[in-house]
Amino acid sequence: MTSSDSSNGGGPKILVFSTNNISDPGIDLAGSSHMNYPTSVQVISLPCSSGINPRWLLHALEAGFDGVFVAADGTDCAYLPDCTDRTAAVMQKAQDLIKERGLDPRRVKMAGICSVCSESFVSHMEKFNKALSELKT
Amino acid sequence: MMEMPGRKLGVYICHCGGNISDYVNVERVADVVEGDPSVVTVKTNIFTCSDATQQDMIAEIQEKKLDGIVIASCSPKLHLNTFRAMAERAGLNPYQYTQVNIREQCSWAHTHSKDAATDKAIKLVRAGIARTGLSMPLKRLRVETTPAALVIGAGVAGLRAALALSDMGISVHMIERAGQPGGMISKWGKMFPNGKKGSEIIDSLIKKVRERENINLFTDANIIEKSGNVGKFSVKISVNSKETISLTVGGIIVATGFEPYIPKDGEFGFRLDGVITLPEYEELLAQSSGSFKYKGRDIKTVAYIYCVGSREHCKEDNPHLYCSRYCCTGAVHAAVCTGDLNPGVHQFHLFRDMRTYGKYEMLYDQALKQGSIFLRYEENEPPQVTSEDGRLKVKVKDRLTGGEEIEIKTDLVVLVTGMVPRANAPLVNVLKLPIGKDGFFNEIHPKLKPVETVIDGLFIAGAAQGPKTLSESVASSMAASAKVAALLLKGYIDLEPLVAKVDPDLCTWCGACEQTCPYGAVQRITCDGKEIAMINPVLCKGEGGCVPVCPQQAIGVEGYTNSQVEAMIDALAMEVA
Repeated sequence: MTSSDSSNGGGPKILVFSTNNISDPGIDLAGSSHMNYPTSVQVISLPCSSGINPRWLLHALEAGFDGVFVAADGTDCAYLPDCTDRTAAVMQKAQDLIKERGLDPRRVKMAGICSVCSESFVSHMEKFNKALSELKT
Repeated sequence: MMEMPGRKLGVYICHCGGNISDYVNVERVADVVEGDPSVVTVKTNIFTCSDATQQDMIAEIQEKKLDGIVIASCSPKLHLNTFRAMAERAGLNPYQYTQVNIREQCSWAHTHSKDAATDKAIKLVRAGIARTGLSMPLKRLRVETTPAALVIGAGVAGLRAALALSDMGISVHMIERAGQPGGMISKWGKMFPNGKKGSEIIDSLIKKVRERENINLFTDANIIEKSGNVGKFSVKISVNSKETISLTVGGIIVATGFEPYIPKDGEFGFRLDGVITLPEYEELLAQSSGSFKYKGRDIKTVAYIYCVGSREHCKEDNPHLYCSRYCCTGAVHAAVCTGDLNPGVHQFHLFRDMRTYGKYEMLYDQALKQGSIFLRYEENEPPQVTSEDGRLKVKVKDRLTGGEEIEIKTDLVVLVTGMVPRANAPLVNVLKLPIGKDGFFNEIHPKLKPVETVIDGLFIAGAAQGPKTLSESVASSMAASAKVAALLLKGYIDLEPLVAKVDPDLCTWCGACEQTCPYGAVQRITCDGKEIAMINPVLCKGEGGCVPVCPQQAIGVEGYTNSQVEAMIDALAMEVA
């Protein structure tokens, strides 16, 4: 795991999986409202959190990310009424894969982020950033 | 990073005026990504979305025979379709274009650290290049549409939408929850600007609606089920709580209106005799002619208190933070109507900020000329309303006279109440309507997609979306009607081809994808003597629910395949040298 990130004073590198219709607009809103969050947070937007391959989370940690946050559709999902359960199953599989590789399962996290949940997103990023910093030491 | 030999990609980085370039060094981003072996051209532009820049990009795509482009600019919610259309005009497959969001998710979020924001932008653009390098040309899927629409709510917005759709040749099914159509304004008096009564406006609309052969109006009706998708929704309507009707419609407009804010007991003297809300006052005005009385008593003085239930920053319990927008104009208009009815009535307006915007300013002028007196109060020093010997007394500290305390003895206190969202849980549940932070239905973008929702084919109109005046409500219902007609009149819709696809070499048919798909999009087929899964692209919604359940990693959603996502992760993880 890379711990040096010149662009963020060595802060943990966080990959966020967002969703095109629900959580990505919420993350956009955080930016439109000029809420600051660490620059080491980077986002890949996908159609729906239930479609995330658990291997991508492992791949991200192995590629050098310190943590992966899934900004899930939650109950707002327009595709699947059981999206939350499906995304939870994805997270469970991802944590199993991560544990198999001897990594800390706390490096992956999920929360529902709605299309106007900018404050909640920023607060999750700050908390996850802090939690990952503590894991490192 | 994965090598993409043979690709010829163009990368365009936007300044967005200064929205991006003030916080991200776009020239440095361009310099760094220029070294990528698959990139043949990198340009920065002041406004990438401008017509002139689009012309330049089209010329370059054709001249350099680019087979993919990356535009790093604003959120894809704003310009993904703009640039897809541009790619198409240039002869490039629109699905070989990636929009990278370096404004909402970079420059605007990281305004205090230009170097770090620039590094982040470089990584995001690299990820866009990685994804585009692995993109395949895709074709949209054509589905036929039903030239019929469902309009929910028969208030002024819904009625006008139904007529507009009917004019354009779309059949309309209209449902109204109440026993009578007409909605809120049917009870109100003279409306601005043409002076017609609310009831007259509504009656003439209902008459027209009833005359149309291609409009069915159901009252006492609710939607209880919705399935299918844009172009062909199947909906079930319950009428009079006994009959159930099944309909097929291509699009849906939700125009369910608002509810007036009802103050709590004691809020600005509410429930004292003579303290009423603006809608109640509107009804009183609508019923008055000649004499002006309330419960048999002559009205000689009226005091209006503004911003009741709006912009409540001092209230702790469940405050409404938003401005209700229509109420200043509504109250000033009511004052002018009062003055027209009886010029002798003394009128006092206790306001916080006067927002009679646009041509409603004319009403404010008129109220001033009629002798209305305007006093300005602060939210933390609200007016006190008391009752003494059957007469109301309002005490207010007037900011405009340096905080002088003024006492007004009055016959009526009108609480200028705002609009609040309607409680509509069953409807929200059936339609999966998105709700914004103020509790009203949420559009995709207030300016760029003001009547569209994240659900294709589902539109919102009128005050269901947020407080609006009558003319604003009608304008939004016209916009929604135009959108529905544009969607349905062609007879077909081209659906996004970004759907799930099975790799026949990897698939061994276990049936897990078939089991997990709620849309019935997975079929078992035999291909070269081997049983595999096949996904019907019209039924597939492209959410990818089958992707994580496949034990063979054989399914990917177009545009988000395993190799594309992994290449993006690698690009984002790579340090900026």
